[in-house]
Amino acid sequence: MSKRTAKERYCLGIESSADDFSVGISTFNGMTLANVIDAYVPEEGGIHPREAARHHAAVADKVLESALKESGIKPQGLSVIAFSQGPGLGPSLRTGATVARALSSYLKIPLVGVNHCVAHIEIGKLKTGTKNPLALYVSGGNTIVTAFDAGRYRVFGETLDIALGNCLDVFAREAHLHQKPGLPFGAVVERLAQSGKQLVRLPYTVKGMDVSLSGLLTAAVTALKKGECTIEDMCYSLQETAFSMVTEVTERALAHTGREEVLLTGGVAANKRLQSMITSVAEEHNARFEVVPTEFAIDNGAMIAWTGVLAYKHGIATEIERSQVRLRWRLEEVEIPWME
Amino acid sequence: MKRSVLIKKGAEANLYLANWHGRKVVLKKRLPKKYRPRALDEQIRTYRTIHEPQLMHEAKKAGVPTPIVFLVDKAKATIIMQYIHGKQVKQLLNEMSQNERQSICFRIGESVGKLHKYGIVHGDLTTSNLIQNPTGRVFFLDFGLGDKTKELEARGVDLHLMKRALQSTHYAHAEECFENAIRGYSTVLGSETSENVLDKIGQIERRGRYVAERKEKGLMTVN
Repeated sequence: MSKRTAKERYCLGIESSADDFSVGISTFNGMTLANVIDAYVPEEGGIHPREAARHHAAVADKVLESALKESGIKPQGLSVIAFSQGPGLGPSLRTGATVARALSSYLKIPLVGVNHCVAHIEIGKLKTGTKNPLALYVSGGNTIVTAFDAGRYRVFGETLDIALGNCLDVFAREAHLHQKPGLPFGAVVERLAQSGKQLVRLPYTVKGMDVSLSGLLTAAVTALKKGECTIEDMCYSLQETAFSMVTEVTERALAHTGREEVLLTGGVAANKRLQSMITSVAEEHNARFEVVPTEFAIDNGAMIAWTGVLAYKHGIATEIERSQVRLRWRLEEVEIPWME
Repeated sequence: MKRSVLIKKGAEANLYLANWHGRKVVLKKRLPKKYRPRALDEQIRTYRTIHEPQLMHEAKKAGVPTPIVFLVDKAKATIIMQYIHGKQVKQLLNEMSQNERQSICFRIGESVGKLHKYGIVHGDLTTSNLIQNPTGRVFFLDFGLGDKTKELEARGVDLHLMKRALQSTHYAHAEECFENAIRGYSTVLGSETSENVLDKIGQIERRGRYVAERKEKGLMTVN
């Protein structure tokens, strides 16, 4: 770790929008000093918002403590507290927000509410060195093709129904696959897909720069349950079809915006097959391809801390009275003063 | 077909300007995509190559200007069509006076109304797919993602995509443009149908990206 000066300032970020509770600590010039993630893994079914929130509340002090310990910084040494204010699941978000408000009041330091989607893009840019990319942000809750223009991240394409990660997760659950800590459903499907050979015909739905994934999911689950193919072939077909769709809209947005960098970010960014598809279109359009490192691809506190730094440096702070969570806070609603 | 010049390297197809039996034409060639499996790639390209000229032809019957199709080569996934002299609405819209902008959006809305009334959805209503010729007529291009349907859902998605395209590319005028397009749309489809389509757009926009909320509203249909 490089030597720190007494003047250096730190932001602690809390991420709790879905199934992960995470605390990250970032210096004001973008060095990540800690990024501790504790995942809630449901025994069965999907994320139950109340159960997830209960998990977050139970692990909050432990995660906070290990992040501080990892960074070697005392609470009194912090300058700003940032938290994921939305979008996400209400109970989960509220748990993180409560911790953030308490810290900010106790330490008498400013609070900054951060948009979760903006944070995924900003950490991607920070860790890959991209400046003004076209970003494909794919996770359990979001599927967005975006680029910065005139003060905001403009959404060029997105899903009309369910998110890409959600499509893979629900399929995996319906197929009775099992996930473990460190091996989420996406990774399980990816592994099985590698042994798939036969491409099953599934609905391919691209509408403009948007995609629709719910019909594909239903068709994949139905075909599998009817025993029309092996699980490997269906994982392969589902991935190939869904990823081809998001790659097609990414290429459309790339041709439309003419950006020179493509950034893949969010939890599904860890998938090697998706990486290779996006690499292919980036090369085709002479753009540089970058993917966020896995530790920062999934939901994490470091991205919230770093985005909190960017916002705070540009005069943005959130008063406690106005710090209520925003479940459906859209990416393009957020003003981004640090990009001009 | 000598001296064909690449005029646009699009995401889906390359466009070449060429001379074909003395006519100035555009060759639209859907190139194979390396990223997707060959079977899927061929299926998509062939389908769109056949489908697009059919919809362009139908659009003319609906009273909406589209380029004339001269030749469809299924094996090469190529369409040869009339070259439309003019400018993309994408390039024009931000530079126009407010009056001109309101008028062109109204007329675009009318044309979308004609398509929908006839049973066509365009599927990719961005301003780069609209060309205004010197006489002021707006041609509709790129029907590759279109469909023949009168379903409210499809109409709603079509206009939702148009709204989103305006918001991402013409953010300063998006609201005004969309309002005028809807005014034009209503004159063709009547106020009741357009109200229904507007309601549908609202529903599409509210459609959650979060599984918990969708489940509460009974919008999840996975068994």
